[in-house]
Amino acid sequence: MTPLLAQTEAASGSAEFWVFIVIGAVALGSALSMVLLRNAVHAALMLVVNFFAIAVLYATLDAQFLAVAQIIVYAGAIVVLFLFVLMLLGVAGDQAFTGRIPGQKTTAVLLGLALFGVLAAGVVAPFLGEATACNIPMEQRVEAEGPVCEGLAVANAEGNVRGVGFLIFTDYVWAFEVTSVLLVIAAIGAIVLGKRREDPAELTDAPASAVPALRDDDAASEEDAADTAEPAPTGSGAEDDEEGTR
Amino acid sequence: MTAMAVPLGWYLGLAAALFVIGLVGVLVRRSLIVMFMSIELMLNSVNLTFVAFSRFHGTLDGQVIAFFVMVVAAAEVTVGLAIIVNLFRLKASSDADDVDVLKA
Repeated sequence: MTPLLAQTEAASGSAEFWVFIVIGAVALGSALSMVLLRNAVHAALMLVVNFFAIAVLYATLDAQFLAVAQIIVYAGAIVVLFLFVLMLLGVAGDQAFTGRIPGQKTTAVLLGLALFGVLAAGVVAPFLGEATACNIPMEQRVEAEGPVCEGLAVANAEGNVRGVGFLIFTDYVWAFEVTSVLLVIAAIGAIVLGKRREDPAELTDAPASAVPALRDDDAASEEDAADTAEPAPTGSGAEDDEEGTR
Repeated sequence: MTAMAVPLGWYLGLAAALFVIGLVGVLVRRSLIVMFMSIELMLNSVNLTFVAFSRFHGTLDGQVIAFFVMVVAAAEVTVGLAIIVNLFRLKASSDADDVDVLKA
């Protein structure tokens, strides 16, 4: 405990410490509320907050390009896609938790805590302590008032975007080209999956009345024609509504 | 740049906590879309680990890997949401427990 407090004291002079504390709390809180909120749209909005918090952490970690890409790709595109599907399906409100396995929630939380314990002991613990802020040999680090953290200052000397771009188009150029193929395949796959079948009523288990919005245009137009052919019930319904308002 | 940086372990701890929250979300929630969001949360926490290690080692390779993870995540979300829309057309439900048979 005492070394942790000492670290806290040592780090508390820097701006990065306070950014980490505040933004880390925001990230944890938004992640928790994303999992706990029942309304899926609220969960998606909490996900946006979480993505922004992680973008701020990227910026403090000298990853400016990733911080901006995070906001554009995740907060700008992916969450919009989520919200679009939520609106399209109309399944936003009151999503259940449960599960069919008895005690699933308790087991899941216990397993999560166990995993966190393992990660904390095995991965986090070795890298605690002010000497582990960067991977610089100790003898180079002892300077005037504290450890010197070069970090990415050398690699980012010509700018972070330039550095990342240089790596992508030299060492990782093969992975980059494969990535473009992957994106094309994903786009084509999404189009193929999103294409409507000839007669969705034959493909669904549910009765046709349960999925009125999903029937094809012919069925919908037939229904419209049926509605217009019988004006009497709709007219009476309108009158009933008017009486109701009076 | 002589700054007292936040130790790497703190970032790793935050990323581990976010990963675990996402994992519990996948296990606890029933809505396919919210499960998907939790998976995105887990991917992001791993990205945070990559970027933190990138600064720790003073090289940009971790940031490049995080960039590739972002691209793969975007592709995954595209296909996954298309599958969810298709499932909704079949079952009129976005509940993971309703999708327990391979037969359509």
